[in-house]
Amino acid sequence: MSTQIQRTEEPEIETEDEPEAETESAGDRRRREKVDRETALRKEAEERLDESDDDVVIKVFRYDPEVEGKQEPRFDDFRVPMEKGTSVLDALMFARDHYDSSLTFRHSCRQAICGSDAFFINGRQKLGCKTQLSELETPIRIEPLPHQEVVKDLVVEMEHFYEQMHSVEPYFQTNDLPTGELEEQRQSRENREKVKMSTRCIWCAACMSSCNIAAGDEKYLGPAAINKAYRFAMDEREGEEMKDHRMRVLEQEHGVWRCQTQFSCTVVCPKEIPLTEHIQEVKREAVKRNLKFW
Amino acid sequence: MYEHDVLVVGAGGAGLRAAIAAHEEGADVAMVTKLHPVRSHTGAAEGGINAALRDGDDWELHAYDTMKGSDYLGDAPAIETLATDSPEEVVQLEHWGMPFSREEDGRMSQRPFGGLSFPRTTYAGAETGHHLLHTLYEQVVKRGITVYDEWYVSRLAVTDHDRPEDRVCHGLVAIDIKSGEIEGFRARNGVVLATGGPGQVYDHTTNAVSCTGDGPAMAYRAGAPMEDMEFIQFHPTTLPSTGVLISEGVRGEGGVLYNALGERFMFERGYANNDGELASRDVVSRAELTEVNEGRGVNDEYVHLDMRHLGAERIVDRLENILHLAADFEGVDGLEEPMPVKPGQHYAMGGTETDEHGETCISGLYAVGECACASVHGANRLGGNALPELIVFGRRAGQHAAGRDLGEAKIGTGQVGEYEVGEVDTPVTPGEIGTPEDVVADGGESARTDGAGALVEAGPVLENAVETERERVAHLMGRDEGVQQAEIREMLQKSMTRNVNVFRNEEGLKQALRDIRTARELYRDVYVDDPSRTFNTDLIQTIEMRNLIDTAEAITLGALAREEFRGAHWRQEFQERDDENWLKHTLLSWNDGTPEVWYRPVHLEGREKTYEPKIRSY
Repeated sequence: MSTQIQRTEEPEIETEDEPEAETESAGDRRRREKVDRETALRKEAEERLDESDDDVVIKVFRYDPEVEGKQEPRFDDFRVPMEKGTSVLDALMFARDHYDSSLTFRHSCRQAICGSDAFFINGRQKLGCKTQLSELETPIRIEPLPHQEVVKDLVVEMEHFYEQMHSVEPYFQTNDLPTGELEEQRQSRENREKVKMSTRCIWCAACMSSCNIAAGDEKYLGPAAINKAYRFAMDEREGEEMKDHRMRVLEQEHGVWRCQTQFSCTVVCPKEIPLTEHIQEVKREAVKRNLKFW
Repeated sequence: MYEHDVLVVGAGGAGLRAAIAAHEEGADVAMVTKLHPVRSHTGAAEGGINAALRDGDDWELHAYDTMKGSDYLGDAPAIETLATDSPEEVVQLEHWGMPFSREEDGRMSQRPFGGLSFPRTTYAGAETGHHLLHTLYEQVVKRGITVYDEWYVSRLAVTDHDRPEDRVCHGLVAIDIKSGEIEGFRARNGVVLATGGPGQVYDHTTNAVSCTGDGPAMAYRAGAPMEDMEFIQFHPTTLPSTGVLISEGVRGEGGVLYNALGERFMFERGYANNDGELASRDVVSRAELTEVNEGRGVNDEYVHLDMRHLGAERIVDRLENILHLAADFEGVDGLEEPMPVKPGQHYAMGGTETDEHGETCISGLYAVGECACASVHGANRLGGNALPELIVFGRRAGQHAAGRDLGEAKIGTGQVGEYEVGEVDTPVTPGEIGTPEDVVADGGESARTDGAGALVEAGPVLENAVETERERVAHLMGRDEGVQQAEIREMLQKSMTRNVNVFRNEEGLKQALRDIRTARELYRDVYVDDPSRTFNTDLIQTIEMRNLIDTAEAITLGALAREEFRGAHWRQEFQERDDENWLKHTLLSWNDGTPEVWYRPVHLEGREKTYEPKIRSY
């Protein structure tokens, strides 16, 4: 149960880049006692580590554009305790809370629904909270999502991703609402089943980050945005006219036809959405709609 | 400086709904959120939305169930508003495209939930909150509502009148997390707080890491009281290792609880002879812990929740998300084996005191959703009643803030009308230890420090707030040494979990107050080690920490004050509900940092009838 304070492999990383305290605040005895206490704790932890197998080193990408000494990207090693169930996110939180409070990453729900902690873990896009340390080969490398500008450490710029999501009119549109009071618009179970997987997207951007085409073509809608459009285009409640409109958005120059079915989006999706299949289905639908019989 | 008619703080279900409503009233509305809207904790809600939609059900039954579930500590005007407005709101969500689970005829499905006399919980698989959140965000995108995402609101700009009831909220101060800039936001009409729950005061919680009680704590320090904070809901089915929630939908669909002896204890041990697993959450939580405490728990820690008998098809159709959660976060295949579960902190029934329009006693300041206490849930919230609260009160607050006349509120706010002053015997003077500099203090009194008399005009109030906040941040960042927030947080969370949990006693509550005082002492020396202005989560967490301390203190103080057993609040020394003395709300006012305890009677008078307190049995 206990989470002992463990030392980093290189303890000095915590302080080496910090500005030196110019004057020591004299007489702050309590502070000094705290330092002594910590030193003792670390020593104790160090001794314990020698005997224990239950710890692992994570190598974490570091970068801060603003702080001198941190502007050059590098990896820091942190030694963290590993128990059954310890996730990559747990490990990062441990490292932040016990070794280096400047270690920066997004996270919130810890249960794979907020979509904020997608990282590049051992060379693949994964959610930190959903990835167990025990599943990973050592050394464990944790990096920011590729193909996105790094803001700081593991935090990437999400604006472009959000823009692509917004560009497909990501909201329900219908002219066919029932008129009766409290009358819902009916949807068949089959149709709900058809769109179900597409509605599970948590906007984590793992798919976009894994996509070679998106990396090379900034205007490409990308798998997440296409999936979002699919979610509405295939929803029978929007009606045929709106579907035509949706298909035109999807068929635009930088739309579905750019996809080269490399399946990387499908492979990395933490919600198991069959993204490639959805994109292919949109292509088939587009072909069907554009076929003309003279 | 930014300026809008209505500012919504937080972009979960309640905030999004408020923003849409204010926009529909014609207001220029903007949302300010420390996350991005789709990252909000509403997304983690699983079970469903209660709404009386079908033949055989009606709003009065919904109101009655809610009042009973609340152990008669809900206010009838708020509960009846919830029950009458939720059908329309749920159908509105459907019209906005929310992918609800469907019946054969294409209408929305409903299922049974604990404490409900009719299966009125509308749902979308076991991921209802995710769909609600995304559907509402889509409507915000459609309307082009401005969203300041990853901006952390750290202070309200409120006038400097002596009485909170005379104060006006003119805006807020927020930190752009990405750049570190601190800016003022002027609200011409009003500010709606929708910042969610304070679950992070506990270390075993279903709540997101972002749920730090920011709204209630800020409003409290600005003069709006916190109400009924002692009522913390513990959800009976959370995964032991992480606190991840296993929806009540599992029991709603027929899931069964067993102890280590294989007994179906809810019946066999007589905890709820009629409703069994579908008794109210407080009842089931206590039953589980009693089993564990009496040695019948599995591994002395938890009980088993079994859904295997429902059959793979039904589980996958209605509870698929549960299979994923159990597998990913506990390594258990719910189709093959029972899931380990134990109670975990889940929901705060209390929050910022509001009326049924969502307005606080400070003009122009609103609070909705879990951060508010409109007094819908009283002493215990029924499953499926949180999501309708978000949309019903989110809409009303948005409308009211945008200037719509919703009639006079029946629920009073602030120290006006019928109220009594209280006293609590505590081992320490709560809240007495402030932070060393005034700049780190908050609320009305800081505005008074300019020496030019009370600030009541919007411009100076906002400028003063921005200036104070910049100094506060400079102070936190300027120190080179001290204590880090993570150390204080861990200590506070552990003490709260140990002492202010499902079972409570005087000794434990007093110990928690001592620990909270220690947390305050440590916080005097808190510092931010990360010198960067870029995405400084160390800074944000340090400011959140202050909110956690104030919220934890309110929870504990309220629990110590309430000498009875009601709803989720169980006291070892007081094993009876005491309607004669305690049919009243606990309120805490900031009072320059030393909480003032006072009480207001419960509104049991509905539109057509008065709710008579009855013994709760399930």
